[in-house]
Amino acid sequence: MSRLDDYRRVAGPGAVDLILRLTEQVQGRRFLHVTGGRLGGTTEMVRAAVPILNDLGIDTRWEVTGGDSAYYATARTLQAALEGAERVLSEEGLARWVDMNHLNAKKIDLDADVILVHDGQPASLVTDRNAAKWVWRCSFDCSSAQARTWAYFRALVDQYDAAVFSMPGFEARLAVPMYIIPPSIDPLSERNRELAPRDIGEILAPLGVARDKALLVQVGPFTRAHDPLGVVNAYRLVKRHHDVRLVLVGIGDGEAERHEILSQLLEAAHEDPDLIVLELPSEAHPQINALQRAATIVLQKSVHSGFDLWPIEAMWKGKPVVGGYAGGLAQQIIPEVTGYTVHSVEGAAFRIRHLLNNPELIARMGAAGREHVRRSFLITRHLVDDLALVVHLTR
Amino acid sequence: MAPRVAKRPFTFTGCVELRQTLDVHALDERELGHRLQEVPAESIFFHTFGYFLRHRPVTTAYGNDFARWAALELGDRTLTERLAVVDPFAFPDVDALREHLVTIVQDHLRGRDESRRVEFDRAFHFQRSHLVEVPLGLTATNLTEFRAGLASVDASAIYLHIVETRARSERSTGDFAEWLRTSLDLSALAQRFDHLDPYLTTLERVRGRLLGLLDEALESERP
Repeated sequence: MSRLDDYRRVAGPGAVDLILRLTEQVQGRRFLHVTGGRLGGTTEMVRAAVPILNDLGIDTRWEVTGGDSAYYATARTLQAALEGAERVLSEEGLARWVDMNHLNAKKIDLDADVILVHDGQPASLVTDRNAAKWVWRCSFDCSSAQARTWAYFRALVDQYDAAVFSMPGFEARLAVPMYIIPPSIDPLSERNRELAPRDIGEILAPLGVARDKALLVQVGPFTRAHDPLGVVNAYRLVKRHHDVRLVLVGIGDGEAERHEILSQLLEAAHEDPDLIVLELPSEAHPQINALQRAATIVLQKSVHSGFDLWPIEAMWKGKPVVGGYAGGLAQQIIPEVTGYTVHSVEGAAFRIRHLLNNPELIARMGAAGREHVRRSFLITRHLVDDLALVVHLTR
Repeated sequence: MAPRVAKRPFTFTGCVELRQTLDVHALDERELGHRLQEVPAESIFFHTFGYFLRHRPVTTAYGNDFARWAALELGDRTLTERLAVVDPFAFPDVDALREHLVTIVQDHLRGRDESRRVEFDRAFHFQRSHLVEVPLGLTATNLTEFRAGLASVDASAIYLHIVETRARSERSTGDFAEWLRTSLDLSALAQRFDHLDPYLTTLERVRGRLLGLLDEALESERP
């Protein structure tokens, strides 16, 4: 029995068999994933996919690019500019970044039939391309990339055979075919696997999160884009009518605005014992899993967003999601079926109160959300899409 | 009585839709009308016939992506209704369907000075798809085997054999009905298969109705 068989009990009917049949069409082909690190949302998908494909007899490897501090600094600046932030990139820094990726290309075994290069940091590897099919996998929204940066970066991406984006509208102009493959979660990972109620209690106790009242949870970086301060204001509007607790989980690192927002959140929490502010590393999978499972309602009140996976994780755990109308959230949340999309603090408070006053909706939307994720956002669907892409590119 | 044996076996094939974005967008109704005239036929196909493959029981039915956009992003109820009622199976080919959609949008805009405009992230993003066929390793040589296969195959096989082959080849009949008619000489059953309306329902419901028709046929074949 392969590792893939474990997914039969969680994936939709026929999903595993479809993967097995598609695998027959790509037998003998070798895949290589290249990322800029081993942590983060994109890498979680690669981490889940690589062993499954190897179990199925598809030779699949995962390599990571690296370099000196200047290399990482330029890669971070480039990534931010591609996501639309105003940044200054020096020609010298970019030349150094490209040189370091030439070195990476020498170190990495590029002998494969299909090479999937993820996001910004390793993107210039393609200048050392071989006869393989090269695919640039973009996990973020680059539709509002800084024009000068995109003009530079596009010259690199146009050397690929294809690009893949998470959703339509996230792309910027390219000469190569652009495909759409939404991200996914691994339902059997530490982050998403089933937890017994006792386990949830044991994990939450050290975090200081009691379960004696309805729990509102938002997971995401403490940045303006994810609007944790707006969530606090929505919670306060709700608190006038319902005895609820809010847990804000900040994950991610080094955002410049994080300290300022965190200090405001801690100040607000100081006055309110039902407002809990936690900072957790992104690899705190059991804790985030337990918090999402303990939640009554999950919030994702982003005002600007890429394709964050936290709402998908929450829906998989049977929770209704109240999310901002931003980026991938509009695609993930089916309004009035799996949750609500809102445009304001007041809108978020209104929807939370509506759900708390109609608890049967919480159960119904939670169940619909889990089915929505089962069909559209599990790793099994992602494997099907990736294999279909390979079949399409190599036939 | 021995079961009727097919002249040739039926081979079930599933499919995966690989979506491609065309970097063509409409931010208001007027642009939607213009882009509808310009995009390749494959894109019109994706947003109308392809809706059946993507449509899930938990989502609200709009019939096609254009109507869904008019409802959710533009909030234009009249345009939503007029687009939602378009049955793609009622047209001889995709270009005729395209003409009809363009006419609806133009007619809707007649006499209006302004068209509702949305931000880019709420735009209509035109796409197309490449269908990757996936043989499912299931064949049927008689009606009983056919019923068993239909009951267990991935729902994409129902889309491929009923919607896709019929629409792409502009045939009046789907693969299932064609096989029942030509390989099992079951013309009446084939006709009932062809009369089943896949519009505004789900692939699982279509499966259920087809299985119901097969059960009736199998019952009537019993001695």
